[in-house]
Amino acid sequence: MNLIEIISIFAAAMAVSIGAVGPALAEGRAVAAAMDAIARQPEAAGTISRTLFVGLAMIETTAIYCLVIALLVLFANPFIH
Amino acid sequence: MESPLVTNVLFSIGPVPITETVAATWCMIAALALAAILTSRALKLAPSRTQAVLEAFVGALDDQIRDTMRVAPAPYAPLLGTIFIFIFVANWSSLIPGVDPPTAHIETDAALALIVFLAVIHFGVRARGIGGYLKTFAEPSFVMIPLNIIETFTRIFSLIVRLFGNVMSGVFIIGIVLSLAGLLVPIPLMALELLTGAVQAYIFTVLAMVFIGGAVSDGRSADRQKEKKS
Repeated sequence: MNLIEIISIFAAAMAVSIGAVGPALAEGRAVAAAMDAIARQPEAAGTISRTLFVGLAMIETTAIYCLVIALLVLFANPFIH
Repeated sequence: MESPLVTNVLFSIGPVPITETVAATWCMIAALALAAILTSRALKLAPSRTQAVLEAFVGALDDQIRDTMRVAPAPYAPLLGTIFIFIFVANWSSLIPGVDPPTAHIETDAALALIVFLAVIHFGVRARGIGGYLKTFAEPSFVMIPLNIIETFTRIFSLIVRLFGNVMSGVFIIGIVLSLAGLLVPIPLMALELLTGAVQAYIFTVLAMVFIGGAVSDGRSADRQKEKKS
């Protein structure tokens, strides 16, 4: 195993681990805010949870980008032939 | 470990290679079409049990479109409903042993997102005319034209990557856990994957609704004007 492959695996692990931190914190805040809103206004629970789901999907996309970059580095690395 | 970005060629018709993903998609399209024909063949005024379920689904879809897009749902319901049912069945097709969900390969997701991209342009031009649709790129001011053009493409790209990443990562993790731990261990993960599949189908449809709604209705620009005034 040469140096490029070792660095690629390391880089993939770093991309996923660091890339998961931000979205995790952001989703936590979003869910907390939605819980707060539902507790104050239970009759709006339907609208809030629908918006929450779409918002969570949007936030999650950043983590998925990191995952895709990690997969590209592992399986479609342009420097490994 | 097999790369998730590669698809296996099953057979080829002339010079065109047919991959496993495409064959699975064809089987699913045929099954869905057959089910649709069988269930909608004998519709009655007093609904049977199947018809009641279908009517509930169609009603929920119409309500969702009315809530999200603030327009009459009739022109958009067939496309959005088909997208939802297809992605839902594709995500849950991993329940059948030996079937890879077609949405776990990026080509299927790209095709679905391309349909949404073209539908946005089609409905936007039909609702506002070509000039009116192009004018939406200059909202709120002409400075935003490059950003709005970039946004049209990046949001479609994120639509592709979101569906692909979620479904593929689920399949991948189940595979890894199965190879590490053994036969019955990944069952909770598979249950989680079913939930993710349903949620992703819903989110893809809702985002398609939001994009089409932004192109056809004046809701977005009206909101912005309200923000400007206040």
